[in-house]
This record gives sequence, structure tokens and C-alpha cells, in this order.
Amino acid sequence: MTTYIIRRLIQAVIILLIVTILVFFVMRLLPGDPIIIYVAQTAQLEAMPPEMIDKLRAQFGLDKPIVIQYFNWMGNIFRGDFGESIFYHEDVSKLMLERFPVTLHLGITALIVGSVLGLLSGLLAAIRRGKWLDKIITPLTYIGITIPIFMLAILLIYTIGLRLSWLPIAGYTSPFEDFWLSTRQIIMPVICLAVFSLAANARQMRSSMLEVIAQDYIRTAWAKGLSERVVVVKHALKNSLIPVITLIGLGVGLIFSGSFIIETIFAIPGVGRLMVSSIFGQDYVVVQAITFVIAVIVLVVNLIVDISYGWLDPRIRYG
Amino acid sequence: MAEERNITGFEEAPPPVSEWRRFRRVFFSRGVVLFGLIILVLLFLVAVLAPWISPYDPYKMSVGKSLEHPSSQHLLGTDILGRDTLSRLIYGSRTALMVGFISVGIAGVIGIPLGIIAGYLGGFLNTIIMRTMDALLCFPMLLLALVLAAVLGGGIQNVIVALSVATIPGYARVACGVTMSIRENDYILSAQAMGSSDALIMFKHILPNTFPPLIVLMTMQLGALILAEAGLSFLGIGIEPPGAAWGAMVNAGRNYLLNNPELSFSPCIAIMLVVFAFNMVGDGLRDALDPRLRGLL
Repeated sequence: MTTYIIRRLIQAVIILLIVTILVFFVMRLLPGDPIIIYVAQTAQLEAMPPEMIDKLRAQFGLDKPIVIQYFNWMGNIFRGDFGESIFYHEDVSKLMLERFPVTLHLGITALIVGSVLGLLSGLLAAIRRGKWLDKIITPLTYIGITIPIFMLAILLIYTIGLRLSWLPIAGYTSPFEDFWLSTRQIIMPVICLAVFSLAANARQMRSSMLEVIAQDYIRTAWAKGLSERVVVVKHALKNSLIPVITLIGLGVGLIFSGSFIIETIFAIPGVGRLMVSSIFGQDYVVVQAITFVIAVIVLVVNLIVDISYGWLDPRIRYG
Repeated sequence: MAEERNITGFEEAPPPVSEWRRFRRVFFSRGVVLFGLIILVLLFLVAVLAPWISPYDPYKMSVGKSLEHPSSQHLLGTDILGRDTLSRLIYGSRTALMVGFISVGIAGVIGIPLGIIAGYLGGFLNTIIMRTMDALLCFPMLLLALVLAAVLGGGIQNVIVALSVATIPGYARVACGVTMSIRENDYILSAQAMGSSDALIMFKHILPNTFPPLIVLMTMQLGALILAEAGLSFLGIGIEPPGAAWGAMVNAGRNYLLNNPELSFSPCIAIMLVVFAFNMVGDGLRDALDPRLRGLL
């Protein structure tokens, strides 16, 4: 197990290195000089004498060779310095510290809802295969994996928000400020973010559970006269969870993807909305920082998933 | 003739079933797969025949006809600029299919050879290629597309580039996995012994083996790509106005949700049907081509 973990950790470090190279050099693909872009955003480009531009370039370290720039950038990131936003004139780290908790609040809630309800409904559909419960759950999961996230959002806003006026259709409040309002505000966004992984988890859980309960050792458990609860929970569940765990890891990336759209629709001041507005505002410093942080989160989650995978199924460690 | 074929020596040996017939039997055995296939055929027809079947010019604005409700003249009503929603929906199918197919094509042409090379040659090259693919997978598809669109500028070509890059790792991984699993097979070893070059072995003996899982993956990716394209055009990245894209139509209709919900909902339903169809056909292809892929793709 230790060798397996070490091997995965080394792999993760290599991947992280490639991630930093990708993020750094993609930003250098930008047409034009970052300084010109910066100046054009902040002041009048024409009014600026060339010496001033050179001075700025030296100030940002852009006069150095690109490899040195890359290492400077890396060094700064490890000190938690992501640079200054072109648009907000604020430290990007500070900006992200304000926005990430919002997205994580929504995202983690959605991840929990999607995983718990997904596993549960998949389990129920599998052990009641062909019965009415399965006949309701399975078609719903088809809808869940095909419905565009923005359609669900609009559908919810239209019915629950506008027609019935049950829930607020926009905004975000910290749960520490006003827990009740905060919860009412996040219900619809969380449903939108959770629904794809819920449906995907349910489908995967159903099919892997069906596979497991066809195995001999489950028949043995039945033959021993164990109750259904013991057979399902104690014998079948753990083995059928293995394929589902990868899916939960993938769900993290999907939740970030979803947050770009959902936070825009519901006017939630999270990192997704910041990203979209920074892209349209050409605030590349922010775009670069958010891209990097999201990639690292996805990487770490998948590392944890891989390790727990090896722990759940010893066969994988030797693969 | 029948006796010659009966090599098992048993009288009751089942008649040999051709691959194609077995494929057809499994593929067409499920109603939803058939339903998906019908939707896809209709979609292709609509996209190809768009100029002949759309009732109006999708770009023609008429001020007097703004936000009309569905009627016999405009089956799905008109948008704020008086453009016919049904015609724009029909033209939007071209955008969706074009983006989907070109991205899948580009990603396949780059990703499959990379995966085969990594799997066949192994070693350091494998580490470099596959870890780069893992690194790419750390960026959620929409994030990658947004960043590339920001760097390269909006425009439909850049959306295609972005979505292609985002889907390359999927192909590389599958191609690499298949290659590694068959690398030690006897027919590969004998080809090596006969002095075939690596390039020839990869192209002639390994590549065809990657097709069944990759066809399934491509079909399912098409659905995901169309969904991603819709998400991007919903956010305002992609085809420039007045071009028609389903996601952009949904977003434009959002402001008139209370009085003209059909503006947003009709493109939404189109997206859902198409994504559903690609998923179902993908499922059917998987079961028919290689049931062992169940749960993996």
C-alpha cells in the first residue's frame, strides 16, 4: 500500500508540474504584450512614453527570459502571491479568498447531495430491479444526465421562483450571517449543480450493484438466511462502491464547470462568476490564478480518489 | 455445405452467426437505442436540409413581429428581433453538429496516435504523453474551453479548438489502454519477428483494435461536446451574432421567461433530445460492439 501511495504521489507531482507549465504558457499565447494589455486596461496607451512602458515591464519582470519568468511565477505562487488583478486592482489571492468559500459552500453541498442521493437511488433501483421504484428512478436518471444545467436552472427559476415565488431567484448570503436565507438561496443552485452527478452516480451504482448481487457469495449470504439488510449493506455495498468512487472524483470537475454557468445565472458572487467576468474583462491575472487553483483542487481530489480506490480494492495496487 | 461448417462435430451446434448480424441483433434490441437513432437521423436531415425546410430566413428581423406567441405562421413564435424561432432552431442544429463532429475529429486524429505511441513504445515517452493527458484532465472541460476562448478570442473556430483540446485525453487514454493490453499478443510479436517496423505495426495491427471502444467513446463525447458548446454559447462565447446557436438562444430568451417561455425552452428541448440520442446510441453501440466496456465508458 505504501509503495502504491508513493507511486501515485510522484505521478501527482509530475502532473502538477505539467499543469503549471500549461497554465503559464497558455497565458503567454495571448496575442500581444501583457504590458500593452495591462496599460490599455488601466490608462491611456498613447499618453504613455516608451520609457514608462519599459519601466513597467521591468517592474513585472517581463524583461527577463521566459524560463526565468516561469520560475519567478512559480516561486510567487508558492508564497501565495498570484499578482494583482488588472480590473479590481486588488491582490488576486485576496479576491480568491473572498470568492472560493462561496463556490465551495455550494459545490460541497452539491457534491454531498449528489453522492448520497445518487448512491441511495441507484441502490434502491438495483435491489428493486423491474419494480415500480426502479421504473421511476431509471428514466429520471436518463433525464438527469442529458438535461443542460442551464435548462434546469431556467426551469426552476420559471416554476419555483417566478410562478410559485417559493424561493429567491438570485443572490447569495453567507450562512453565518443569515442561515435561513442562505439556505433558501442555495437550494436551486445546489439542485442544478448536483443533478448530473446524482444521475450519473445512480446509474453507475445501479449497474455495479446488479453485477455484484449476481455473484456467488451474495447467493451464499442469502442461503445462510441472512436478512436483506445485512446482505445488501454488509456484503454487496462495499464492492459495488468501487466503480462509483471514480465518478465522485470526476464530479468535482463537473461542479466547477457548472459553477461558471450557475453562478452567472443566479448572480452568486463565487469564483465561477469571477472567472466568467474576468474572461470578458480580459483580466488575465485572475483567469490564470483561478485556472491554476481549480486544476490543483481537481488533481488533489483525484489523487485521494485513487488512493482510496487502492485501499478499497487491493487488486488495483498491483495493476 | 452445412456439414463442412459443422466443425464441433455436434449435431445441435448453433449455426455460425456473422459479426454483423450479432451486432444488429444487440444494437436494435432496445427501444431507446432505436429512438435515439431515429432522432439522430432526423437531426442530420434537418441540418443538411436547413435552407429548404426552414419556414423563414433565420436572420431576417422584422420590428413589427417582435416576441410573437406561437401561431400557425410562426410555429414557435418569434424572438425580440422578430426572427422566427423555428428557423433559428433548425439552423442551430448545423452549429451544434458542426462543432461536435469537427471537435471529435480533431481530438481523435491527435489523441489516438498519441495514445497508441505511448502504449506501444512505453517507457519515458509513455510517462510524458500520459502525464500530460492527466494534466489536461485536471482542467474541467468548460474551464479549458473558457480559458482558450479568452486567450484565442471568441469565434466558432476557437470554440472548436478548445473543445478538441479538452477531449484529446479521453481518446489517448483509451487508445493507450487498448494498446498496452494487446501489445504482447502473438500476432504483434510475430509481426515484430517478421521485421515489421513499429510504425507499420501501430498503424496496421493496433489501430484497428482501438476502433470499437473509440467509436463508443466518440458517440458519447458528441453528446457531451454539444452540451459544452451550448454552455459556452449560453455564456456568450462561440458563434457570433446573428448566427444561430442553441445555447445563445436559451440565454437570449431568459429575459422573456414569464411571457415567452417557449423562446428558452424550445432550444433547451432540442439540446436535451440530441444529447439523449447520442448517449443512447453510444450505449447501444457499446453493448453491441463490446459489452465488457460497460461501466468503463
